[in-house]
Amino acid sequence: MTAAVFDTPSIEYRQLLPILIVLGVALAGVLVEAFMGRRYRHETQLVLALGGLVAAFVAVVATAGDYAVVAEGSVAVDGPGLFLQGTILLLAIPGILTTAERSLDTGGPFAPSGSAMPGSQHERLLTATGVTQTEVFPLLMFAVGGMLLFPVSNDLLTMFVALEVLSLPLYLLCGLARRRRLLSQEASLKYFLLGSFSSAFFLYGVALLYGYAGTVRLSGIADAAGSNAGDETLLLTGTALVAVGLLFKVGAAPFHSWTPDVYQGAPTPITGFMAACTKVAAFGALLRVFYVALGGLAWEWQPILWGVAILTMVVGSVVALTQQDVKRMLAYSSIAHAGFVLVGLVATDSATKDGEILGVSSVLFYLLAYGFSTIGAFAVVTLVRDSAGEATHLSQWAGLAKRSPLTAAVFTFFLAAFAGIPLTSGFTAKFAVFRAAWTGGAWELVVIGVVMSAVAAFFYFRVVVLMFFSAPAPDGPTVVVPSPLTTAAIALGAGVTLLLGVWPTQVLDLAGRASQFVR
Amino acid sequence: MHSYAPILVLAALSFGFAVFSIGAGALTGPKRFNRAKLDAYECGIEPTPQPVGGGRFPVKYYLTAMLFIVFDIEIVFLYPWAVAFDSLGIFGLVEMVLFILTLLAAYAYVWRRGGLEWD
Repeated sequence: MTAAVFDTPSIEYRQLLPILIVLGVALAGVLVEAFMGRRYRHETQLVLALGGLVAAFVAVVATAGDYAVVAEGSVAVDGPGLFLQGTILLLAIPGILTTAERSLDTGGPFAPSGSAMPGSQHERLLTATGVTQTEVFPLLMFAVGGMLLFPVSNDLLTMFVALEVLSLPLYLLCGLARRRRLLSQEASLKYFLLGSFSSAFFLYGVALLYGYAGTVRLSGIADAAGSNAGDETLLLTGTALVAVGLLFKVGAAPFHSWTPDVYQGAPTPITGFMAACTKVAAFGALLRVFYVALGGLAWEWQPILWGVAILTMVVGSVVALTQQDVKRMLAYSSIAHAGFVLVGLVATDSATKDGEILGVSSVLFYLLAYGFSTIGAFAVVTLVRDSAGEATHLSQWAGLAKRSPLTAAVFTFFLAAFAGIPLTSGFTAKFAVFRAAWTGGAWELVVIGVVMSAVAAFFYFRVVVLMFFSAPAPDGPTVVVPSPLTTAAIALGAGVTLLLGVWPTQVLDLAGRASQFVR
Repeated sequence: MHSYAPILVLAALSFGFAVFSIGAGALTGPKRFNRAKLDAYECGIEPTPQPVGGGRFPVKYYLTAMLFIVFDIEIVFLYPWAVAFDSLGIFGLVEMVLFILTLLAAYAYVWRRGGLEWD
């Protein structure tokens, strides 16, 4: 046997800089937890996290136009990848701001010690001393690092590693709510079990695709599928299993059942962060797998994704009608929105206009628009509180406009964006995906999408009517005035929702220019 | 088929060895049971009996085990690097130093948070 020869790999640090910055900041956060006094940790972590996100965003902007397959072919830095990385970083900023909020609940929205038994003497002691949980910051940054890698991974194994890096911190964060800890721990356990299950599906699919193509590189799988080499059963089964893993993460029906429970149980800032950032990252990976690796197989997977898109829109919109809890309602609304994004995704390469792939650009725009609306809406949910914490039951929201007209108005604005009313980003985004699907010849999907938007709108406006035209309960919840952190997060969400509704041209153009994948 | 013959031979050998060892142990070994022999093998906690309503059990063993695995993985990467040190040169050195520093950060955290104290 001859001695193994190692070739020095070439690593393009410049293109990887955003990921490296975020992971470096997460590591620095771990060291802050280890060596800094408890008194200074919160501010230090907040500054560190925000600084890292801004620096990484600058690095993303600086890389724009410099597209290449880097790191020995395992990472593809291209238009859609950079657009989604920028989106994730921008969305993580309000995510971090709501996470750092400490004036709503003494010590913040997280349990002072995740290992203390709910209701135990130890926990009461920690609560009384006002201990703040600051380990959530490095955890969030690790999750963001994984999310940045997920949509740019150019081989299936890198994609799997990114999937785990983004998922593991989220499993943990879901179980750290300060109030209703048992519900939160249940959410964490459910998410962990179902998430590991879907990871196993993904990994098994990767193994089958490797068996088919002899490589995990996405372009290699595309070449093998194009030359009709090998066993097609392996290819189709592998595709199906990988799709199950990814559709689970985006919360598409029939793999959506974890979403309402986890969104309800998780601490609300984390729910908002997951609904926005995880969805962006997972749809990025879904786009890349289906366009780069399996683009030539569109005839095979399109009908399946049609079915998934229809089912997701119908389940999300119709089941939302019966929800009695604000967080669960927003969870089902996020499922419905995943369905609308899938409508754009199935439009495929066939729908192109002036070199812009409409399917990709409309999905990019939709994710940005929906992310800011949903993170803002969840931030508003944290403000409506009674003595037991957040008052999330819908009956408690009756007459909210009489207590705080501004809060009710802002929430109405977000709901209008979810419903797709003109002058909100929701309208522009829905218009973009429906146009892409229409151009791609999927007019049936467009019709179902419009009908389901109307069904969902009915429910959103029932909440609006409840807030504005019902009498408030005498012992109802109060609307707490937050610190500038949450205010800034809500203002950012509402501002972007308005901006993309009134003046979306620039961002639509940007998404259009960024719709080409590199291989 | 020919190239698979060694694998089949190896499988047959290991199967035969397992059957032989278990059989020989059962036939020739003394059978004097005590409490320690009935304990869970090499696993730090007593899984049963649990208190009613689900008790808590110490996870110190898992913490130690996880730290051990991190060390293990570190060695998995250090050995091939040591073998290929010449061909990777300064690039390999820098990357490995970064890798070890990253792991060191995790150790520093565990140490400062009292993860290395047994009680």
